[in-house]
Amino acid sequence: MTAAPSRQDRPLIVAGYGMAAHRLLTALGDRGDTRPVVVFGEEPHPAYDRVHLSGYLEEGDPEQGARRLRLPEIDAPNVTLRLGERVTAVDRTARTVTTSTGDTLGYETLVLATGSAPFVPPLPGHDLPGCFVYRTLDDLDAIRAHAQANPGTGVVIGGGLLGLEAAGALRGLGLDTHVVELAPWLMPRQLDAGGGEALRQHVENLGVTVHAGTATGEIRPGPDGAAAALALADGTTVDTRTVVFSAGIRPRDELARQAGLPVAERGGVLVDTHCRTEDPYVYAIGECAAVEGTVYGLVAPGNAMADVVAARLTGDGTRGPFGGADADTSTRLKLLDVEVAGFGDPQPDGDVLDVTYADPVTGVYKRLILSDDARTLLGGVLVGDGEAYPALRACLGGPLPDAPDKLLFPGGADPGAGLPDEARVCSCNNVTKAGIVAAIDAGTTAMPELKACTRAGATCGSCVPLMKKILDERLTATGRTVSHALCEHFPHSRRELYDIVAVRGITTFSQVIAEHGSGRGCDICKPAVASILAGLRGGHVLDGEAATLQDTNDHFLANLQKNGTYSVVPRVPGGEITPERLIVIGEVARDFGLYTKITGGQRIDMFGARVDQLPAIWRRLVDAGFESGHAYGKALRTVKSCVGSTWCRYGVQDSAGLAVALELRYRGLRSPHKIKAAVSGCARECAEANSKDFGVIATENGWNLLVGGNGGFRPRHAATLAADLTTEELIRYVDRFLMYYIRTADRLQRTATWIEDLDGGLDHLRDVIIGDSLGICADLDAAMERHIGDYTDEWAATLADPDKLRRFVSFVNAPGTPDPSIAFEVEREQIKPVLIGPDLEVVRK
Amino acid sequence: MRTDAILPADPRVSRVTGRVHTGSIATGDWLDVCHHAELEPERGACALVRGQQVALFRTHDGTVHALSNYDPFSGAYVLSRGIVGTRGDTPTVASPMYKQVFDLRTGRCLDDPEVTVPAYPVRVRDGRVEVALP
Ligand code: SRM
Ligand SMILES: Cc1cc2nc3c(=O)[nH]c(=O)nc-3n(C[C@H](O)[C@H](O)[C@H](O)COP(=O)(O)OP(=O)(O)OC[C@H]3O[C@@H](n4cnc5c(N)ncnc54)[C@H](O)[C@@H]3O)c2cc1C
Ligand code: SF4
Ligand code: FES
Repeated sequence: MTAAPSRQDRPLIVAGYGMAAHRLLTALGDRGDTRPVVVFGEEPHPAYDRVHLSGYLEEGDPEQGARRLRLPEIDAPNVTLRLGERVTAVDRTARTVTTSTGDTLGYETLVLATGSAPFVPPLPGHDLPGCFVYRTLDDLDAIRAHAQANPGTGVVIGGGLLGLEAAGALRGLGLDTHVVELAPWLMPRQLDAGGGEALRQHVENLGVTVHAGTATGEIRPGPDGAAAALALADGTTVDTRTVVFSAGIRPRDELARQAGLPVAERGGVLVDTHCRTEDPYVYAIGECAAVEGTVYGLVAPGNAMADVVAARLTGDGTRGPFGGADADTSTRLKLLDVEVAGFGDPQPDGDVLDVTYADPVTGVYKRLILSDDARTLLGGVLVGDGEAYPALRACLGGPLPDAPDKLLFPGGADPGAGLPDEARVCSCNNVTKAGIVAAIDAGTTAMPELKACTRAGATCGSCVPLMKKILDERLTATGRTVSHALCEHFPHSRRELYDIVAVRGITTFSQVIAEHGSGRGCDICKPAVASILAGLRGGHVLDGEAATLQDTNDHFLANLQKNGTYSVVPRVPGGEITPERLIVIGEVARDFGLYTKITGGQRIDMFGARVDQLPAIWRRLVDAGFESGHAYGKALRTVKSCVGSTWCRYGVQDSAGLAVALELRYRGLRSPHKIKAAVSGCARECAEANSKDFGVIATENGWNLLVGGNGGFRPRHAATLAADLTTEELIRYVDRFLMYYIRTADRLQRTATWIEDLDGGLDHLRDVIIGDSLGICADLDAAMERHIGDYTDEWAATLADPDKLRRFVSFVNAPGTPDPSIAFEVEREQIKPVLIGPDLEVVRK
Repeated sequence: MRTDAILPADPRVSRVTGRVHTGSIATGDWLDVCHHAELEPERGACALVRGQQVALFRTHDGTVHALSNYDPFSGAYVLSRGIVGTRGDTPTVASPMYKQVFDLRTGRCLDDPEVTVPAYPVRVRDGRVEVALP
């Protein structure tokens, strides 16, 4: 026998690439570990955010859906991912694994992270076509395809947390949804009877039929051999072609069984609090592990196990064994539009104090369970109003910050105030209040950075409101409140100024600053107020006092370049242009000696024009039918398009036609920052709508509307606001989206960060512009109508007004003289600027 | 291809005066520039005075300030096209290129005390603006 191979030549092998394995790799990377690691994942996808699996179906497009579930990519040279390859056997003596490709590989250490499999009760008919489980991306693809081909009714078997999520998904797929639960009420593991009843009311109000306290008898096939009906033990029959099992999970401990490792009584690889099996070279983490006999079906304990193992493998003594708060099984239901939260033990034995608040009218039910001395919070249930959840959960096992009745009544005390330092704010990632405060004190002032550096809030997200509260409190307490003041001249944010100008009917900058500001303004507040006035009052940017407020780009209706010349960008709606117009651009550029370049926005930019040449250039362009492209303004830039169904083999709608219509509709619209858009003719997305402030993607049934995408410094993918819209609906929602953005965003805030900062984010946005939750849609619509009615081409208007034209000279005292400092040389057959002036290092700010 | 937008071989030679562009013109005289009314309130304009680019700024109360039009941070002649305003009590212009702010009275850069642009004496007589170049 050869000696056990040394650590150097054998990798750490991870069997299973799910959430726990992903966390393990991250935790090893964080600790600077560079040992070779080989990860085998049975699914063909890299680890994804299973917790948000249901979000996958909210996107019409699978790629887009998968993108929503993406976890940070593991990009370390020492880690090899082998996806679509299952570990089939473990040989503990040779210390090797065998995989589904027949390969055998030695390990230094083996970590089992195989997760769990849905439990399917062996009812008659459980394996008919039309029966599904709800666990992986592939499951969801299959459910979606089947539900689309078989509209009508869908049934979920199991009324627990996952069952209700699955029910929400079926409802989202347009099925008339039923849920069958064996226990007398929904979510029996998390809720007590009162909470379960309140939840039933909410769920039924959403149009989901609940059958509680009854077992499923059998699933009956139809003439085609696929599922057609479900018979319940209480005698009811439901006709359905889609059945989803969500009746619990079973740890995938088959590798341990095969390798002769002990498993727990009810399944799960038996490990100690260090996540070690009996074999010192084999660990188990996540849902497949039974820590001292207990299996945890949630992500937070799995993450804690991954951290324990990473710390052990790297000799990091700061992370102790699994225990205490790691075993937190608090949960909060997402998706079904109902707030449900259970934390701690909802039905403890022994002497406890029980404080309940129930309002049958609104369906709010809240219950706190305290130790009999009322000092320690043991558990609780919140249905219909989960606001207090993050803070209460953080107090679990410790004292309450206030009297329990105060915490439960609406409008009572705020449980977020006075949290103890050791309160666990983020249980998914095990971050305490002290950890968050430390990050804030180290200089973090914004939520995105706070999430990035503490990792809190990055998993289920339920702790985000509490994090935000702690951030605000701490910043205020340390006198670092991030000021929203626009600049030294105005104590207001752009949004506040917008409201002031709107409500008071102010029409000039002089009046705003005299009545609401101080000093004479600056390069920050002047353009900001100019943009607000343009949005509210319309008119030309160079009218009267407005002209003095503009940045040089808006002042000359062109873009300043590094040598003091300007560039000219005519609008080319949707990127569609006739040969005649192309020729005009070519001729103008040639005749004025301009450098030309195709821009990233599907149009043509001409560079190197002196201010005194701009009117003559634009005279030619306007005569040929061109308009300003507003490349210089914080305004709508372009609506990019692909050729769409007119030419493309795959196009399902006329994307170019819609792009042209949208660009013409919103041209000239001034906004807090530039606005970019795109329309793609099918899900292949050649117009890159996903990276735009608003993007439109054609579907068989209409259009999907995406918002909040961004290229630039911090790229962001857009999120779907609404799907399968008619053209009319689409335009209505875009109108409102843009107007609401213009009214409420901060100065120079693109839509991506604006949506991030909106209280309630995308959901709030949807409520406002689709559900009219603020009752302002009529206003927004009218504002857009006004904009469209008032639109005139800025350049045509300028050419027609000698007063406006007067400023287009290089020198007031020598109007015919060109600026002698401007010079060019030739490169690649075109001009390029030469900077003259004394040598001095150019400083960009 | 028309090439007259491409300037003389040595770019530092002024097309207007034929002079090499750097260096100063020795004169203490007041030079007539333009009508006060030709200057827009709260905005700048550039004048070409003896081959030098002079940025003129008329503030809200009618006062006129004169700085060199040369922006030392970008190397371009653009200061006259910046936004006029105040910082505290100081009248200012922000360079349109990279936004550094200058004191209109002294040419001192408020964002970088090491940097000062030339400020020229300027006066308004009989409705005409006059500057004195060194
Ligand atoms: C000309 C062009 C580059 C090109 O040769 O293709 C360009 C040129 C400039 N971009 Fe851009 N951007 C151009 C497409 C883009 C794109 C791509 C696109 O639109 O598809 C992006 C990323 C998409 C996005 O905006 O989300 C882009 C992201 C930026 C940003 C970063 C914005 C951000 O949110 O982080 C800036 C800086 C800013 O606006 O504050 C910027 C700023 C600028 C400025 C205005 C910088 C400046 O102040 O001088 C450049 C001068 C424009 C000019 O005409 O003189 N440009 N810029 C493109 C003009 C498109 C058009 O037809 O209007
Ligand atoms: C719809 C849904 C909603 C959920 N919501 C929540 C929630 O709100 N909060 C919460 O805390 N938890 C939630 N969960 C549970 C959470 O997703 C799991 O706790 C978590 O994913 C467990 O991580 P894991 O790595 O142990 O297992 P998994 O993420 O399941 O990963 C295991 C991976 O291993 C693979 N595998 C198995 N055997 C092998 C093998 N022999 N070889 C190679 N690969 C193998 C599997 O295919 C799988 O990809 C939800 C789960 C689902 C399905
Ligand atoms: S990427 Fe930078 S250099 Fe290029 S055009 Fe955009 S702003 Fe200018
Ligand atoms: S509690 Fe889930 S991310 Fe913080």
